[in-house]
Amino acid sequence: MSDPFVLETQNLVKEFKGFVAVDDVNLKVQRGHIHALIGPNGAGKTTVFNLLTKFLIPTRGKILFKGMDITSMKSAAIAREGVVRSFQISAVFPHMTALENIRVALQSFEGNSFAFWKSGDSLNRLNDRCMELLDSVGLADFAHTTTVELAYGRKRALELATTLAMEPELMLLDEPTQGMGSEDVDQVVELVRKAAQGRTVLMVEHNLSVVSKLCDRISVLAQGSILTEGDYQEVSEDPRVREVYMGGAAATEQEAAE
Amino acid sequence: MNNAETESELQKTMMGHLKADRRRKLILNLVILALLILAPAVIYATFLMKILCFALFAVAFNLLLGYTGLLSFGHAAFLAAGGYTTGYLLSSYSGLTTEMGIIAGTAAATALGALFAIVAIRRQGIYFAMITLALAQLVYFVFVQAPFTGGEDGLHGVPRGHLFGFIDLENNVAMYYFVLAVFVGGYLLVQRIVNSPYGQVLKAIKQNEPRAVSLGYNVDRYKVIAFVISAGLAGLAGSLKTVVFQLASLNDAHWHMSGEVILMTLLGGTGTLLGPVVGATFVVNLEYQLSQGPLGDWVDPILGAIFVLTVMAFRSGIVGEIQNFMRKNMS
Ligand SMILES: Nc1ncnc2c1ncn2[C@@H]1O[C@H](COP(=O)(O)OP(=O)(O)OP(=O)(O)O)[C@@H](O)[C@H]1O
Ligand SMILES: [Mg+2]
Repeated sequence: MSDPFVLETQNLVKEFKGFVAVDDVNLKVQRGHIHALIGPNGAGKTTVFNLLTKFLIPTRGKILFKGMDITSMKSAAIAREGVVRSFQISAVFPHMTALENIRVALQSFEGNSFAFWKSGDSLNRLNDRCMELLDSVGLADFAHTTTVELAYGRKRALELATTLAMEPELMLLDEPTQGMGSEDVDQVVELVRKAAQGRTVLMVEHNLSVVSKLCDRISVLAQGSILTEGDYQEVSEDPRVREVYMGGAAATEQEAAE
Repeated sequence: MNNAETESELQKTMMGHLKADRRRKLILNLVILALLILAPAVIYATFLMKILCFALFAVAFNLLLGYTGLLSFGHAAFLAAGGYTTGYLLSSYSGLTTEMGIIAGTAAATALGALFAIVAIRRQGIYFAMITLALAQLVYFVFVQAPFTGGEDGLHGVPRGHLFGFIDLENNVAMYYFVLAVFVGGYLLVQRIVNSPYGQVLKAIKQNEPRAVSLGYNVDRYKVIAFVISAGLAGLAGSLKTVVFQLASLNDAHWHMSGEVILMTLLGGTGTLLGPVVGATFVVNLEYQLSQGPLGDWVDPILGAIFVLTVMAFRSGIVGEIQNFMRKNMS
């Protein structure tokens, strides 16, 4: 427990047929931090997430979670260890109700269940906890709404609640505010802040005003490798970062935020 | 505040709708069951049994396609494995009671299903379909060559025997009610499974597999179990069919049969419990009607055209479309 780093990668590399998408990344995420991973499109951020959760197999390198080598673990096992991810494209179970979405996560949290002979009513004991979680993201009134019918922002909130149902120690969020209007963005900022209590968050985020509000530490990824790291102040003043990342639209976004 | 209150009122009425929906389905199922119990009075029992066997086959298949999202193109192998095993055993061992023969056939198909699943389960989409097809073709050739299947001729004159040793199944009425009981049992089992906690995970896997993985589900194992159960029930359907018609033939193992069960399920409606039953009823009837008339040689192209029409124009199938229609017009 003395180790302050929950997550650590050592010389992590991912090659796709000769193209190096992730190049020798040494990332350290401190316990309790909200840590941002930023970088231009195609920098390799999602690929890093895919490696951390073993949706892709690393070409080289090591991944340590709480000091334990999880490089050869399977995706599902990593999730059960306490590393739960969300996806860049909203990931819900569209033809289930909001409540059922959460319940599927709670079921998993209780342990894999192959009991195909059990009555479905046995799941109702989880409903109270589902309602608590839905309430925490402001979706209590939509518990029985089929998820496809929810507005985009609500789907993402549901996704967050589903992830939280797993009570992850480390939560990986891939652009939780992508494609949202400013009102929804503010809400997500509050949700993430609340969700981050008592756990560690690593998030990919393009919206720098979100990053500046939420994140304790930032790693900048460019062309697969880490360009620089630091807090928002340090990173935003780094000329190399301005060059690769804050050049175009991002700089205006930052000004708008101030 | 006010807004929130009206919204939770809305939720309550939605819960009410769900309960009413359940009740409607139960009543519908009971009506169908009553009709099936009375049916032999007006319809030829052997024809009804044919429908029930194929309906069970399609229900089994739909556990995979409709509730797990796996398209198997090899289910004929399980139908035939059940049929041949039961046929061979009942023909060779006269001491065997009929239900033991059927249990053995089901077990053989279940085991074969486990083999298929282990080989195919990690493949996605079309690759999964292709591997199941290839394996089923392999099984087909085994059945052509094996000494116990009667090769091209198949097994004939399989004795129906005595159920539990004392109910004479040569009596067509007894045979019918036995088939009906097994069908209802299989149907209820699948219903129980898709509504169970396990079934909930299957639905999650079907709707968003990567998400299910990221929530810690070992999806391969869930799929393997679904596949094995589906294969076992398909085998049960094959065993029953062999007992009813007293024969097991290569037709059951042919890839045509794998295609036919896909058609039945799609036509009736995937993802609904009743859909495959309706689809099987429709297809068996159509084949019969066509074979009686001048269009006898046109069965395959007509089925093919229906297949294309279903996939292109009404993807929810008969039951699915009716459900959609009712939903639209009742709320
Ligand atoms: N499965 C794959 N096969 C081949 N190349 C891939 C694969 N996945 C990602 N890449 C490539 O790796 C690079 C990094 O992609 P990645 O999705 O990780 O970027 P990103 O930083 O998440 O970008 P964005 O901000 O657009 O989400 C891209 O050039 C992409 O085309
Ligand atoms: Mg990305």
